[in-house]
Amino acid sequence: MAIFQSLIKKEALHVVRDTRTMVITLLMPLVLLLLFGFAISTEVNNIKLLAVVERHNDATRDILERLRVNDYFTFMGLSAASEVERVLRSGEADAALFLKDDNGEIKSQIIVDASNASAAQAITGYIRGVITGATTFDPIINHTLYNPQMKSSYNFVPGIMGMIFILICAIITSVSIVREKERGTMDLLLVSPVRPVTIMLGKLVPYFMLSCIILAAMLTISYTVLGLPMSGNVFDVIAISLIYIVLSLSIGLLVSTVVDTQLTALIVSAVAFMLPVIMLSGMIFPIDNMPVILQWVSCIIPARWYTEAMRKLMIEQLDISAVMKEIVILVMMTVILLVAAVKKFNSGK
Amino acid sequence: MKENDNVISVKGLTKRFGDFTAVDNISFDVKRGEIFGFLGANGAGKTTAMRMLCGLSYPTSGDGYVAGCDINRQADEIKRHIGYMSQKFSLYGNLSLEENLKLFATIYGMTDEEIKASSKKLFEELEMDSMRDTLVKDIPVGWKQKLAFATATIHRPEVVFLDEPTGGVDPATRRKFWELIYKAASEGMTIFVTTHYLDEAEYCNRVSIMVDGKISALASPEVLKEKYHVETMDEVFRIVAKDAIRGE
Repeated sequence: MAIFQSLIKKEALHVVRDTRTMVITLLMPLVLLLLFGFAISTEVNNIKLLAVVERHNDATRDILERLRVNDYFTFMGLSAASEVERVLRSGEADAALFLKDDNGEIKSQIIVDASNASAAQAITGYIRGVITGATTFDPIINHTLYNPQMKSSYNFVPGIMGMIFILICAIITSVSIVREKERGTMDLLLVSPVRPVTIMLGKLVPYFMLSCIILAAMLTISYTVLGLPMSGNVFDVIAISLIYIVLSLSIGLLVSTVVDTQLTALIVSAVAFMLPVIMLSGMIFPIDNMPVILQWVSCIIPARWYTEAMRKLMIEQLDISAVMKEIVILVMMTVILLVAAVKKFNSGK
Repeated sequence: MKENDNVISVKGLTKRFGDFTAVDNISFDVKRGEIFGFLGANGAGKTTAMRMLCGLSYPTSGDGYVAGCDINRQADEIKRHIGYMSQKFSLYGNLSLEENLKLFATIYGMTDEEIKASSKKLFEELEMDSMRDTLVKDIPVGWKQKLAFATATIHRPEVVFLDEPTGGVDPATRRKFWELIYKAASEGMTIFVTTHYLDEAEYCNRVSIMVDGKISALASPEVLKEKYHVETMDEVFRIVAKDAIRGE
């Protein structure tokens, strides 16, 4: 036990005294969280909108009034139909809305600058929303569950958490183990009477503790600054995050047993784990939109399941019973990775 | 099986990696308190042989005893009785001198009182008392080397394995380092040392020269020089290793 403690103390001192790594490790999650939470958003603001109305009635006036006061739009006033194309082409407007009173029924058409396809989609959605709110003719009534204002921070927080832990646990752990291989201190530990399991735990436990600190900081920011709804299932969120942290640590361990230099460890962790996490975890691109093959690939990416579970718990506010599938998958992945890492670690003889 | 005055005893030790025979049927004994030089060009199989003696890997075939423990069956037991210093003077750079010493002493099962007593003595002997709180990454390489030796021997092992302990160190420091080695040997530790510097081979009680996985010569430096009718170990080495296929 004294040996284990001294190994942990050694690692902790190493982390704390390596100021640069320490700062990056602690600041990066917070910066990313705030960046994605505030700065980077899929919301479209300041939509320059033009309207063409063939015949006014109460309903068209109501719609125009709603557009005028809506924060997302900058209403540029009414225009003649012949002008629209020129204004859209010159970029003075992003979209034009045609309204026509057809015997008391409103007919509408949206023309939108789709040079940025996803913005165009969002704009159409907003305009539709406004029209739906104003008229009783539209048979479809939208009701946005869980995130009525479509805040992008809600969407990103689970994804960012899925990414951060891979980053911290997998990359930093693997680099720190491989560094010991490079410097030769790992040999000193291996020729000593310390058991390999103790060496491994002595490496993992400090980074587990560091991850817990980061988890606490990220949850605090999510629930305060980013305003995620806080509810009774915070403990479920923490429990699943801990499973995910252990999983990420196992990845780091596995990488470190395979590669021999810090640089390779960094590249392998970054390319093999970071990119898929960003691209295929559903953090930015919805998984359902992907080609079927990529959807299959995404199934083996732990972050996908973690992000999904976090969405359900943090945003949909569901009970833990709703994420049992994700929990089972994450636990299974953890076990497989750990077994593989331990086997590989011991196979050197 | 264990002979009282042989700390290391190896018979027919062989290690193969696939088709490649890194260590090919070597046999030798090292006596207690001896300084045993283990020479050979790069790739001759020195490191592989040493790893087996340290309990880091198992031989493909052959028997061996280190400090009375069977290298085939008691690898973990061996580790309690040996010390090891790597060619990079590996220590933890972000720990102070004292923290490094304490870490390894703890790992080798020493109690706090023992550690306190022996580290105090060690730092005084090495004249490093004023630097005990300095981080290892901030001290010159010669000091690192001395400290690495101190950490390898603080638990008074029966055998110390030194893997090229003087690489990249200036001659004056190397001389001083050999004084440390002699002192440890005079206190009863057995020293098993690999080196590239053939002048250092002259300091050993006996040397073995490995060529292509086999031991081609094994005797005291005086006997070897006489046998090949030359003046220095350097010449002996060149004659013995001239037919080497592996290596640079």
